[in-house]
Amino acid sequence: MATLNVPLRPKLNGAKSSGASTKAVILVGGPSRGTRFRPLSLDVPKPLFDVAGHPILWHCLRAVAKVPGIREVILVGYYEEQVFREFIKDTARELPKIKMQYLREYQALGTAGGLYHFRDAILKGGPDRFFVLNADVCCSFPLEQMLKVFEDKDAEAVILGTRVSNEAATNFGCIVSDPESKRVLHYVEKPESHISNLINCGVYLFSTETIFPAIKGAIKRRADRPRLVSYPSAENLESSFLDRLEEGEKNEVLRLEQDILSDLADSNQFFVLETKDFWRQIKTAGSAVPANALYLMKAFQQQSEELADPSANILPPVFIHPTAEVDPTAKLGPNVSIGPRAVIGPGVRVKESIVLEDVEIKHDACVMYSIIGWNSRVGAWARVEGTPTPVGSHTTTVVKAGVKVQSITILGKDCGVGDEVRVQNCVCLPNKELKRDVANEVIM
Amino acid sequence: MKALILVGGYGTRLRPLTLTLPKPLVEFANRPMIEHQVESLAAAGVTDVVLAVNYRPEVMEGALKKYEEKYNINIVFSVETEPLGTAGPLKLAEKVLGKDDTPFFVLNSDITCDYPFQELAEFHKAHGEEGTIVVTKVEEPSKYGVVVHKPDHPSRIDRFVEKPVEFVGNRINAGIYILNPSVLKRIELRPTSIEQETFPAIVKANQLHSFDLEGFWMDVGQPKDFLSGTCLYLSSLTKKGSKKLSSPKEGYVFGGNVLVDPSAKIGKNCRIGPNVTIGPNVVIGDGVRIQRSVLLAGSKIKDHAWVKSTIVGWNSSIGRWARLENVSVLGDDVTIGDEIYVNGGSILPHKSIKQNVDAPSIIM
Repeated sequence: MATLNVPLRPKLNGAKSSGASTKAVILVGGPSRGTRFRPLSLDVPKPLFDVAGHPILWHCLRAVAKVPGIREVILVGYYEEQVFREFIKDTARELPKIKMQYLREYQALGTAGGLYHFRDAILKGGPDRFFVLNADVCCSFPLEQMLKVFEDKDAEAVILGTRVSNEAATNFGCIVSDPESKRVLHYVEKPESHISNLINCGVYLFSTETIFPAIKGAIKRRADRPRLVSYPSAENLESSFLDRLEEGEKNEVLRLEQDILSDLADSNQFFVLETKDFWRQIKTAGSAVPANALYLMKAFQQQSEELADPSANILPPVFIHPTAEVDPTAKLGPNVSIGPRAVIGPGVRVKESIVLEDVEIKHDACVMYSIIGWNSRVGAWARVEGTPTPVGSHTTTVVKAGVKVQSITILGKDCGVGDEVRVQNCVCLPNKELKRDVANEVIM
Repeated sequence: MKALILVGGYGTRLRPLTLTLPKPLVEFANRPMIEHQVESLAAAGVTDVVLAVNYRPEVMEGALKKYEEKYNINIVFSVETEPLGTAGPLKLAEKVLGKDDTPFFVLNSDITCDYPFQELAEFHKAHGEEGTIVVTKVEEPSKYGVVVHKPDHPSRIDRFVEKPVEFVGNRINAGIYILNPSVLKRIELRPTSIEQETFPAIVKANQLHSFDLEGFWMDVGQPKDFLSGTCLYLSSLTKKGSKKLSSPKEGYVFGGNVLVDPSAKIGKNCRIGPNVTIGPNVVIGDGVRIQRSVLLAGSKIKDHAWVKSTIVGWNSSIGRWARLENVSVLGDDVTIGDEIYVNGGSILPHKSIKQNVDAPSIIM
C-alpha cells in the first residue's frame, strides 16, 4: 500500500489568513454510472447535458469560479479524456482565471478512492482546503457561505445540507447535527429508519490535513477487517461480510458517503451548512426538467441577460438559444429551454420542458413536462406531455392507476412524433417514429 | 295521416346533454332530433303527431308549438303516468290514432335515417295487411333481434329471433312502423312491449310485413352512437350533394362532411373535418383542429385546441392547446382550461376542468 505523504503545514492560530488557498474537485462519474439518465446519456455524457442552456457541469463550475481565491479546478471521473476536451477548452475561454484539468480513473475507485488516488495533483501547490462537488446536483452552491463556516468554526470539514420531507429523507445521506453549534454528530447513508430530515447535498469543503488521513484510515480499516454489509445477526452472520477482499483490485473502492463521512462525524470539527435555497439531484433523465426550472429561475432572479424577454407569449423564465427560430405566435414558458437551431412553429405551446439542438416542432403542437431529444421532430397538433410533480418532490415517477410511470416524457435523439399524435408519460429511446398515440410506456 | 313518436323518459343514456334539454330537442346536425322527424312526417302528408312521453317538460311544448306552425301539423302530448313500455303508449293515444281507418306511423325518437315514410305508406297499402315494420341490414345480427321471413314470401314475417347464435338473417327491426288502427285492439292499457307482445301476435295472424330501409340507420340514444350517427347523416348529405355542407374549397375544410351554421365564426389556419357539425354562434379560434365532433350552439374553441370524437355542449369553452378525444361529452356551460387533456370524460353542466382527465370517467 502506498504511503501517505501529506505535507503537514503548521496550523495557523485563530482565524485563518484570507490568503489561504482553496481548490475545487468536481466528481463527474463515468459512463457505466449514469444509466438512470438514459435515454439521454446514450448520446451525451450526463455532466455535459444542457439544462437552462448550459451543461450541468457548467453550472457547478460557474459557482466555483465565483469564489475568490479558487484558481484551480480538477474534474475527477472515469470517462475517456476526449469527452471533456472540448468543454474544457470552451470553459477556459469563458473563465480565464481558472485552471482546469480532467483526471481520469482507469477503474472506478469510488468518490473517496478517486480523491485519494489523485491526492498528489490535489495537494500540488499546497492548498489548505478544497471543495468537493458532485456534478449531478442542481443547487445554488453557497460555497462562500461554506467557506465562512469553515473559517468561523475552524472546521476540518463542512458539508452542505438541506431539509427534505421525512418520507424522502431515507433515500439520501442523513445528517444529525447539534442545533446550536451545527456540528455534525452522526451521519448515515440511506438509513432504513428515520434518522433526520437534514440530508447530504453532495457538496463538501475539506481541510487537506484532515481528509486524506481520514481516507487512509478507512483504507487501513478496510484491509484489517472486511466491511459489514449489515449488522450481523444469527441468520446472516455468514453472508454479512462482503467478499470484496477476495477481489483484491476492488479494495480501493471507497465512497465518501458510506466510508468516510460517518467516521468524520466522530471528529469534533465537522460542521453542516444548512441551505434554504434550492437543491435537486440529477439522477434520472426526467430530473433534468426540474433542474432546468431551478437554474432558469435562478437566472431570472439574477436578471440574467441570457433569458428571453417576457412578453404576451413568453412566460418567464425562458431560455432561447440565439440560433433557434421561434415563431412569434408560439407561446413558451415558464421554465423552458430551447436549444441551438431548434425551430418552433406558429401556434406552438411549450411549457416546463427542454427542447434540444436541431429539434423541429410544427405548428399548433403542444409540449409540456417533456424533454425533446436532439434532432427530433414533433408534428402539427401533436401533444407530447408529462405530468407535473409536486414542488419539492425528489422523485420523477408518478403512480397512475396503480402503476408507476415516468412523470416526464422523454424523446431520445432523432425521434419523430406524427401529426396529431399524443405521447404521454413515455420514455422513447433514440431513432423511433411514433405514429400512434402512446401513454405510460417505455418505447424501445 | 297520423303518427306517434315514442319519446319515453329522461334520456339518461344521453346525459350529460339531457340534463339540460329533453332528448328530442338535442340538436342532431344542428337541428333538434324531433324536428328531423316532424319535418319528414309532414312531408309524407302526416297532419297529426302524438308525442308519447312519460314526463312533461314545458320547454318541449314551447319548442313544438313552433313546429305546429312551421310544418302545419297538430302535435299533442300523450303523457304516461307510469311508463307503459313501447306498446302501451299506442293504446293511450287510441283516440287520435284510431279516429279514422287510415294507418298510422310509429317511430322511436332515437332513430336517425332517411325516413322513408312516403314509400312505406305506399308499400303498406299495397299489401293491405295489418302492419309493416321497417328493417335494416346489419353486419352483426347476433347483437339484435332478427326478422325471419316466410319461405314463400319476400316480405311477410315468419318469426323474430332474439340475438341469434347461428345466422338466420341479417335484417333487424329499425324502430319505424306503419300499422292499421285494428292493431290497437290487440294492445291492453298496461306496460307492454310492441316488439315482444304485439308483433308476435300479428305475425301469428300472418299480417305483418317488413320493408327494407335504403341507406344509413342509427340509434343515436347514447353519445358514442350520436357521433357515429352524425357521421352517417353527414355522409348521406355529401352523397346527395347537399348545399348545406361547407364547400371543400373552404380553406379549413379537411376531408369533407362539415356542416357549419352561418352564424359560426372560424379563425385562421384551422383544419376541420371530416364529420363535424358546428352550431349557431360557435366561435373557433386560430390553428384549431376538429374532427368527428359535434359543437353545439354558443360553444367556443380557443386557439390551437385539438378536438376529436367529442360532443361540446352548449356555451361550453375549450381552452388553448387543450386536447379532447375518445367520446368526451361536455354538458352545458363547461369550461376546459388551457392545455388540459380530456380522454373520454363525461362532464356535467357548469363544471370547470383544470386538471387532465386521463382515463374515461364522469366528472360530477
